[in-house]
Formats: sequence, C-alpha cells, structure tokens
Amino acid sequence: MLIDRIEAQKNPIKHTLVALVENKPGVLNRVASLFRRRNFNIDSLSVGMTDDPTVSRMTIVVDASKTSASLVERNLYKCVDVLDVHDLTNVPSVIREMALIKVNIADTHKRSEVKQIADMYEARVVDVANDSLMLEITGTEDKIDAALKILSDYGIKEVVRTGRIAMARR
Amino acid sequence: MKRTGSQIIWETIINEGIDVVFGYPGGAIMPAYDALLDYTGHVHHVLVRHEENAALAADSYYRTTGKVGVCMATSGPGATNLVTGLANAMMDSSAIVAITGQVASHLVGSDAFQETDVTGITLPITKHNYLVTDLKELAQVLAEAFYVARSGRPGPVLVDICKDVQQKSIDYTPIKINKVRGYKALRKPIQQDLQTLIENAGKLIDTSKRPIILAGQGIKHAAAHEEFKVFVEESGIPVSTTLLGIGVLDEDHPQNLRMMGMHGEAYVNNAIANADLLIALGMRFDDRVTGNLKMYAKNAKVIHVDIDPAEIGKNVPADVGICASVRDVLPHLTETLADVQGVAKYKDWYAQINEWRGDTKAHDVLSFDLPANMLIAPQVMRIIWEETGGDITICTDVGQHQMFETQYFQHTRKNQLITSGGLGTMGFALPAAIGAKFGRPQDEVWAIAGDGGFQMSIPELQTVIQEGLNIKIAVVNNSFLGMVRQWQELMHDRRYSSVNMTAPDFVKLAEAYRMKGLRATTIQEAREAIRSARAHNGPVLIEFVVEQETNVFPMIQPGKALNDMTRREISLEKKYMPASMGGGMDELK
Repeated sequence: MLIDRIEAQKNPIKHTLVALVENKPGVLNRVASLFRRRNFNIDSLSVGMTDDPTVSRMTIVVDASKTSASLVERNLYKCVDVLDVHDLTNVPSVIREMALIKVNIADTHKRSEVKQIADMYEARVVDVANDSLMLEITGTEDKIDAALKILSDYGIKEVVRTGRIAMARR
Repeated sequence: MKRTGSQIIWETIINEGIDVVFGYPGGAIMPAYDALLDYTGHVHHVLVRHEENAALAADSYYRTTGKVGVCMATSGPGATNLVTGLANAMMDSSAIVAITGQVASHLVGSDAFQETDVTGITLPITKHNYLVTDLKELAQVLAEAFYVARSGRPGPVLVDICKDVQQKSIDYTPIKINKVRGYKALRKPIQQDLQTLIENAGKLIDTSKRPIILAGQGIKHAAAHEEFKVFVEESGIPVSTTLLGIGVLDEDHPQNLRMMGMHGEAYVNNAIANADLLIALGMRFDDRVTGNLKMYAKNAKVIHVDIDPAEIGKNVPADVGICASVRDVLPHLTETLADVQGVAKYKDWYAQINEWRGDTKAHDVLSFDLPANMLIAPQVMRIIWEETGGDITICTDVGQHQMFETQYFQHTRKNQLITSGGLGTMGFALPAAIGAKFGRPQDEVWAIAGDGGFQMSIPELQTVIQEGLNIKIAVVNNSFLGMVRQWQELMHDRRYSSVNMTAPDFVKLAEAYRMKGLRATTIQEAREAIRSARAHNGPVLIEFVVEQETNVFPMIQPGKALNDMTRREISLEKKYMPASMGGGMDELK
C-alpha cells in the first residue's frame, strides 16, 4: 500500500497500539491473521487479561517505518471481536517490558559482580545455580537492551522478553 | 417454547424475512435438513449441484433483493466448496450468511470423518465467522450473524454449527439484534467532524474546473440512487462508474460517461487522468480502476467517501476523506454546492471530454465493415440489448464477454447488472442467474457466459430445470479462454498456453437437460435465436459461435498509466475469419 508506505516513512517511530478485545478463543488468531493477511510488520504483541474477565488487552508495537499505524488501527476496527483501539504513541503513558535473563557464571567470584550490575538496573535475582544466575528486570526496552549489553560480557545463556505493555497516564 | 438447534436455524432465517436458501445436505447438517420439512411453505430450499454455486446464488440473491442471501452446506468438503463463493462475497461486499454443519462438539479437533477447520479456513474471507459448540449461544450467534452481514459494509458471515447443537433442545425466544459489542456498523476511528469535512469538500468542488464523480457500488448498498442523482444533476459534474457501480445512474443520462478503468472507454480514462478533482463515492480505487497508482490522476484533489475507514487513503490519498454511508453524505454535499447551474458551469470541461470522445466510434469494432457471415462477441451483447429493450436482469461471468457486455449493453435500469467484480469468479453467471430469478421472479433474467466459465457451472443446468426457472442462458463460444488468450497475445508474444478450449455440443447438452437449445453463427441467426428464446416460456440455452480472437479494447495493460491505453486499430489490419473456418487458429499452424 503505497500511500501508507509514504506516510510510514514520514513517521519512522515505533507506535504503541492498545487493543481491547473479546476474551474468546480464536481472537488472537483473528488479529494475527489480519497482520499476516495485510502484510503488516509488527515488532511485538502481548496479550493478557483485564479486570473484566470478558475482555483481553493487547499491546501491539508497530514499526511505523514499514507499516502505517493508522492503517493497522483502522483494520483492527474491522475485526468484530475488537472492542476498542488506542494509539498511545503521542499520549503520556507508562511503557514497560519484563525480561528474564540467565547469566553465565563461569567463576563463582563473578556472582557478586553480576549482582552489583543487577542492582544498578533494579533487577532481582530470582534463581541461582552453580554456573548461572537468573535475573528479572522490568523497564523500557532501552533499559533492558542496556542491561543485556553489559551482561553479555559474562555470557548470556538464555533470554525471554515479554514485549511491550503500555497504559496511558490518564 | 422448546426448540431444537435446527429449528432455531430455520426460525431465525424466516424471521429475517428470507424465503429461499441455497444449499446441499450432508452428514453433519442432516438435523437441520430434517427440521426444514417442518417449515415447508415458509422457506424454500434450492438444491444446487455444487456448494460453491449455493454461495454464488446467495450472493446474487442479496444483490437483487437487498436481503441477506443464505447458503447451507455440510462439514468438510461441503464447507470447503463454499470457499470461492465466500471470497466472492467478501471482495464484492455482498451480505450472505453461510450455515455449515460441523462434527459433534465432543469430536471437534479429533480429525473426525468430514471434519475440517472451517472457521480457520474462512477467517480471512469472511467479515466474521462463528463456531457454535454450545446450544445456549446459537440463537444469539445466528441473530448476530445476520446483523453483521447486512450492516455497515456488507459481507459474508459463516456460522459453523456442531451436529449435537442442532439436535438438542432449549427454550427459545426470537432475538432481534441491532448492536454487537465491539462491532459498530459505522466506525469512526479517525477523528472527524462531518460538518467541517463537508464544508472542505464543498470548497474543493466550488474551485474545481475539471471535476469528475467516480461512482461505486456503495451507492447501491446505501440505496442512495435518488440522492446521488440529485447531487449529480445539481452539481453538473460528469460521472463515471466502476464495474460494480454500473446501475447507480442510467447510462443514457447525459452526464454519465460510463465505466472507467482497464476496459473503460478512452475518453473516460482521459477525463479521470486530466481531472483536477475526483469525487469518489462508495468505491475503493481497485487496481483495475486506477492503472499504475504512481501516475494516477496526478493533478487531482480527492474527495473520498466510503463506509469502511480502512479504504480511505488505502490506495489513493484523500484530501477530504469522509468515513460514512454515501446516503448520509450526499444530501449535505448537494446543499453545500455554491451554485447549481448544472452542466453549464463545466462547459469547457465537457467540450474537452467530447473532443476525446470524438474518436470513439472510429475505434469501435461495430463500426467496422465486417463480413456478413461472421459473428463477433460485441455484436451478441448489442443484439441482446436491442432485442430485449434493455429491460432485463443480466448476470455475466468473467472475461471478455463480461467486458463486452459493459461496453455494448446500455444499462438503464437500477442494479440490473449482476457480475463478479473483485474476485473475478469464473462460473458465476449461471448460479447468479438462479439467485437473481429467486430475487426477482417477475424479471426476465439472462445469464451470459463464455465457453470457459460456463463449463465450470454446467451442472447447475439441472438446478434450473428442477426449480422450473425461466432463465435465458447465452454462451458466447470463441473456443478460447478469451481474456487469457488476449493477454498472451498482447503481453506474451502470442505464445498461446492452455487457452485453446474445446466444448461439448451445447445444443445437445441443453437437450440432454430437457432444455431448449439453440445455436447462432451469424447476426441474423443471433437475432432469431434471441427472439425465439424470449418467446419460449421456459429455460433456453443459446450458443453464440463467435469469431475467436476478437480482443477487448481499449485496454490498460498492467503497470501502465490510466490514460496509456491500447486502442483497437482503426484500420482492420487483423484478418477476421469466421470461427467455422478455423478463425485465428489457422495462423498458428
């Protein structure tokens, strides 16, 4: 879609869309199928329950250099099971991601070093093994990226990231 | 009152005011078919010969009545056979509800006999779909399905119902739905203030010197023909229609330039390419309409009105994009017109268009000096129009004959042309004619198909007979898959690959189906055959044996700009030979 590509190039930023959807089987499939069908480029998608058991909340990060966020939003609205969509990109909001990072501890003396780094990033140690340490870290993607960069010196055995979740401040 | 799931299906259909269902029974839908017997006299079931044609007939029923078309099939192969029909309805925005049987709920996911993931398969080609495993949900889901199908931008909705859900009983009260949580028939996600948008549109119209209205099927869906005509006449702006927009304004109306796009007349596409304002109403700038987007109407501002927010700005950026039903917008647009001097305001613009129009006749194959003993497809369309006075419902198939029909049949009746636009579904004409005859029983209904498309739907001849339908079927036989052959001729250096088509003896075929069969090979015979078919009170199949290599012109070749058209050579360089003499095939030998 030519027009939206032009629009997308003008706004080379990550857009955060929040979609409230029916909490029913197959709804994630419908949304994922829409992205595939329209050839939309999605950086991350995270889904979870809300305070209303009939409603789930999806946070979708769109790489706006490839796909127009507005087009994604308008197409999401066409899904009958999508209740509401908000673009939080230009709205003051809290954005978080969580990661679990398993760091290699080849030498047990390094353990306290890693713990110190973890403290700097307000990360918690959630598991310890003979040759590794598992950290839980929460924050923006940038913060997690930075922590991973530092920790990579010790050797990272495994990482899992949740993808972005977001909420408008008011 | 206690009702079985099957009874709820039929009562919902009847409560929707629908009196005909197209379908085909089988294992998983048998309880519903059993219950059908209890509703004899309230709803009629048409037994098609292939489920795809049930969906296509339901599509055509919607287009001819405005009521939701219903088709029904069993699980597995029955449901997968519906797929093409559903995709057709999706592309052309036809409101149909497909009801399919599914294996019993405890067997779902076990690869049971005739089990298929039907909601999974049809997800991208339906507006919405449902799998019903619990009887408690059935009444609500069915009512929602009809509401979603017909509201907003219409489209197909599929309801897959487990066999045990059809069999069990529950307390039932009919449900009327005018709201579904999350679904809004008209979405306004883009902040819009209608009044401001109308004013902005009014300003663009007021200052433009070369405006043109691009009229699409949305006007039909909104039943806004009257509002549209008022706007057209008060504004004085010329109109061009899309293929599916044919029938929103009479084609003999002086402001109607007729169809645009790949096979639109050259002056129409020239007008669009040179316009300074496009007023697009209920259309979606399909690639067959725009040609190469980079070169499309470069100097034009665009006002785009469509009910679907995702269509605005999708292919062509809109200076004023209005997400609304054209019916709600047109009266305001008319009011906002600064002056209502009609066509006089655009005297120079019309003069320019008429100048472009001047050479149309010279390029028209019907103005050529053709041998008397030959018949070409454009003549067939012209003669059907002349002989019927144009007062018929026409269902065309897909390909050359479809484009010739738009060019040589002048449409002067509201919504009289039923054709497969977006999906281009070969085999559409005959099932569409069946659906149309149920939708408009008083109408003279014609199916016009090529020899290729018709051979995809031949089995439905027996449906026509079994239902006693008085349908006239024209098979335009050029012994080729004509449009593919034309592309191979023009774009593949005439390397004909798998386009040479043989056919049965269509007259004998008609007779085998206990139907009247006729054949015409000349203009005179064509006229006589049409007269004789119309005089006959019953279905008739006429085979028109036409010249094999007549091309559809003008043509915008893929990737070319809208006004970069291939025209028909004025001098008759190409040798026209009657098909009976081997036609163009001799040159190949």
